[in-house]
Amino acid sequence: MRFQHQHASHCESGVMSSLLRHHGLALSEPMAFGLASALAFAYLPFIRLNGLPLIAYRMPPGAIVRALDRGLDLGVRFETFRSPEAGMARLDALLDEGKVVGLQTSIYWLPYIPPDLRFHFNAHNLLVYGREGDEYLVSDPVAETPVRCARQDLQKARFAKGVLAPKGRLYYLTRSPPAGDWRALGRRALARTAHIMLHTPLPLVGVRGIRWLARAVERLGCAEDDGAAKLYIGHIVRMQEEIGTGGAGFRFIYAAFLQELAATTGYGPLEALAARLVEIGDEWQQFAFAAAKMIKRRIAFEPPALAARLRDIASREQRFFADLNQARLAWAL
Amino acid sequence: MRERDVPQEGNATLAGHRKAVYAVGEDGKLRVVPSRGWEVEEVVTRQAVEDLERRAREARSPLEYHMYRARMDIAMLAGAVGIWRWRLRRHLRPQVFARLPLRLRRRYAEALGIAVEALARVD
Repeated sequence: MRFQHQHASHCESGVMSSLLRHHGLALSEPMAFGLASALAFAYLPFIRLNGLPLIAYRMPPGAIVRALDRGLDLGVRFETFRSPEAGMARLDALLDEGKVVGLQTSIYWLPYIPPDLRFHFNAHNLLVYGREGDEYLVSDPVAETPVRCARQDLQKARFAKGVLAPKGRLYYLTRSPPAGDWRALGRRALARTAHIMLHTPLPLVGVRGIRWLARAVERLGCAEDDGAAKLYIGHIVRMQEEIGTGGAGFRFIYAAFLQELAATTGYGPLEALAARLVEIGDEWQQFAFAAAKMIKRRIAFEPPALAARLRDIASREQRFFADLNQARLAWAL
Repeated sequence: MRERDVPQEGNATLAGHRKAVYAVGEDGKLRVVPSRGWEVEEVVTRQAVEDLERRAREARSPLEYHMYRARMDIAMLAGAVGIWRWRLRRHLRPQVFARLPLRLRRRYAEALGIAVEALARVD
C-alpha cells in the first residue's frame, strides 16, 4: 500500500496516527493523543535546558507509542543500537521489507527544519517510508508535505547524544491493529488523564505543577532590564507554543479528542467538556500573548500579573478535570 | 480558538513552513488548520536564538564560540562528547585547548558537527 503523509500538530501522535492508518486502522491524531492519555503538565526545575527549567505540557516522549501499543495490542517492536552503522543497516533492511518505520531523532540535525527552530530536542518522532539511494523518504508529521533526508544527516539525528539520547531508536508494528473498543479505551484514558492532572503524588505534576510554576514566576525580578527574568518568561512560552505544539495546542488537541470520542461512542456530556477545554486553551494563549508583550516592552514587565494568570488557569483546569472524572464515572458501561 | 482566529502572521522563524493547529470551525467542530505562525512565537524564539548568538559573540575561545553556535551549553556538549563538565570547562581556555590531542579535538568536532580544522578558529 502506498504511504500517505498527514500534517499533524504534534509529532508523536501524528506518527502513530499515520502509522495506524497505513496499517488499516483509521485513527485520527486527536484520538491517538487522547486515548494514550498524553495530556499533562509538569514543571521540573531540577532538569535544566540552557540553565532554564523543563516545563512540559504533555506526557514524556514515548508515552503515546507505548500507551497505544498496550491499549490496542499493536505488537510494537522497539530497537536501539550501539553503533550507528548497525542502526542504519537495520533501518535499510526494514525498509526493504516494505515496513514503515518510526524513528526517534534530534530535531537539531534535521536539515529540512527551519534553522530558527532547530534546538537540541532529542525526542522528535518521524516516519521513514522508503529510500532512494542515499536519500530517505521521510514523513515528518509537523511538515506539511513529505520530505527527503540524506543518510548522513539522518544518522546524525538518530544518534545524537545527551538528555533523552535516541540511541538510534526505531519502532514498527508487527501485526495489523484490530478495531478497538473505543468506549472502554476512552473511559480508561479519561480516568488516567484526570488522575495525572489531579492526583499525582509529586506536586510538580498536574494542576499543582502549574501553581508551583506560578510561584516561581512571582519570585522573578520586576526590573525592565532584567534579561534573565525575561528569558525565563520567554522560555515558558517557548516550551508552550513552539517546542512540540504547545500548552494551548495540546489543550486544543485534547478537546478535539473529547469531541470525537463523544461522536464515536454517542456519549453526549463530553461535547460540553470539549468546549470548556477550548476556553482553557484560549486562556493559555492569552498568557503567552501577555508574556510576549512584556518581553517586547509593549506593556510593563510584571511577573506577578503572569503568575495570577497561571493560578487562574490552574483553578480552571482543576475544576475541568474533576468534572471530566465525574462524567467518566457517570458513563454507564 | 476559532478557525478564523488562527494566526497567519507569516513568522520569519517558520521560514515559510506552516504548522498544523486545531481550531473550532463554523460548525463547532475542531479541525486541523494550517497556520503561518504567530508573532508571540517569533518573539520568544528570536529571544532564545539571540541570547545564544550573544553568548557566541562574547565567547573567550573558539571552542566556546562553536559550542554556543551549535546551540549547546556546557552540560549538553560535555554529554555529547562524553567527558566530565569540569574537563570541558578547562578546555574552554584557549591555552589548554591548543594542547589537546587530535583524538579529543575530533570528538569535539564530531559532537558539534563541524570539521576539526574549523574548531580552532572563529568564522
